[in-house]
Amino acid sequence: MIIQNIFFWVLALAMVGAAIGVVRSQNVVHAALYLVVVMAGAAAQFILLGAEFVAWVQVIIYIGAVIILFLFGIMLTRAPMRGETSLDNDQRFPAAIVSLFLAGVLGTLLVQAFGKKEVVISGAKGEQLLHVGKAATLADSIFTTYVVPFEIVSLLLLAALVGAVVMARRD
Amino acid sequence: MHSLLALDIGWGTTLAIKTVIVLMIIPAGALILGYTFLLKMMSHMQSRLGPMDPGGFHGWFQLVGDGIKFLQKEDIMPAESDRRVFAMAPAIVVISTFLIFLVVPTGPRLVVKDLDVGVFYALAVSSLSVIGVLMAGWASANKFALLGALRAAAQLIAYELPLLLAVVGVVIQAGTMSLQGIVRAQVGGSIFGLDFFGNPYIFTQFVGFFLFLVAAQAELTQTPFDMPVAESELVAGYMVEYTGFRFLFFFIGEFGTAFAFAALAATMYLGGWAIPGVTGGLADLLGPVVLFVKLMAVAFLMFWVRFTYPRLREDQLQALAWKYLIPIGLLNIIATAIIKVAV
Repeated sequence: MIIQNIFFWVLALAMVGAAIGVVRSQNVVHAALYLVVVMAGAAAQFILLGAEFVAWVQVIIYIGAVIILFLFGIMLTRAPMRGETSLDNDQRFPAAIVSLFLAGVLGTLLVQAFGKKEVVISGAKGEQLLHVGKAATLADSIFTTYVVPFEIVSLLLLAALVGAVVMARRD
Repeated sequence: MHSLLALDIGWGTTLAIKTVIVLMIIPAGALILGYTFLLKMMSHMQSRLGPMDPGGFHGWFQLVGDGIKFLQKEDIMPAESDRRVFAMAPAIVVISTFLIFLVVPTGPRLVVKDLDVGVFYALAVSSLSVIGVLMAGWASANKFALLGALRAAAQLIAYELPLLLAVVGVVIQAGTMSLQGIVRAQVGGSIFGLDFFGNPYIFTQFVGFFLFLVAAQAELTQTPFDMPVAESELVAGYMVEYTGFRFLFFFIGEFGTAFAFAALAATMYLGGWAIPGVTGGLADLLGPVVLFVKLMAVAFLMFWVRFTYPRLREDQLQALAWKYLIPIGLLNIIATAIIKVAV
């Protein structure tokens, strides 16, 4: 467990550094690239927790698609190829307060809920006890225990998708 | 035969050996594909000989010589470029290629790491190269490069879906996402009760195989999907400002990824390292050779198309992905799932 802790802190520090880079960067494209590091760090944290499938979903959705669309949009519209533009605006102090508040709430919630729990990954003889990361286990729980929330989320996403198409086609 | 590979070595040594092998496979694969298909096959298809002199035998040394030449060139960066992003971009493209090879099995025990989510992992890391392409195009501070990068991003995102959908058919039929598991499912399968031959999924998943090859062709930005690097419109697209060893990185990335996708297709549709009648330690010995032969067969198809068809138009490219390939992929999944449950 010691090694996991060390890696957790290394990754966490890298993520915090990159996250600061996202908000401090004076160049939109650099900010998006820092966001890639944050997302990759989140994926690495998932692997550390034994959630392999979720980690690669994180990579393919967030790095492989969402950030690409960010970069695509930025580059098509307002990316300065050279020089820096001021990205700071008047809302940064309220934003700082909100984000501190959010971090406090989420942190307290997580510590209260899972603070004393220990995830046992391997047994005394080295056998694997944790099967959360296995895709089959995940699929079983999504399509049995959580099937209703899953379907509702799919419907919501479909509605958002159709809505986006309707908004984009003004005719 | 079993004791042959069961040497008693520590995990550190194993890790080092695996790392070295994976680091060697990509440049070696890029050289082999580049020489066999780009230099020789294309030349012969066009009624010429291609390089004949370097190295003595049919110019086999040509690409190695080119590589050495690239290493000696001056490292030029455009004055207006974003230097750090410009320098990082080719590395990201190559790293995403290296990562694919971690899960490709070359024998019953010869695999770097047989991940439970193998196929999904391979497609996830292959999607990382888009970031490198966008970085290269933007950091070059050149409008051709930026246009090329934007075209590449639009194309790679559009064709990632058919690629995933094609693979889902295989995953449903094999019942696992692990590449090793997929090979074993093909070895253990049977065609109309004949189980001598196994069941390479090219017979049952031929629609998926076709989709995978078309989508892989687009992911590799090869003709007829080479708009991102279209030389008559964009000079060389996102690579236009690159020279020397950074260009070499892109070259290795391009052909190394072709090698990796061919290996994935051979593993998923042609039975990977397995041939009928070979088991145990012998399969470990022959596995890499068998996989290589199958991989070259797939690569031959990919490059045959590359050297045969003219370039599509940008709207035809997007229409092909969204209007044809994705619906076909969905139908293939539905059919596979129904047959899987019914049989």
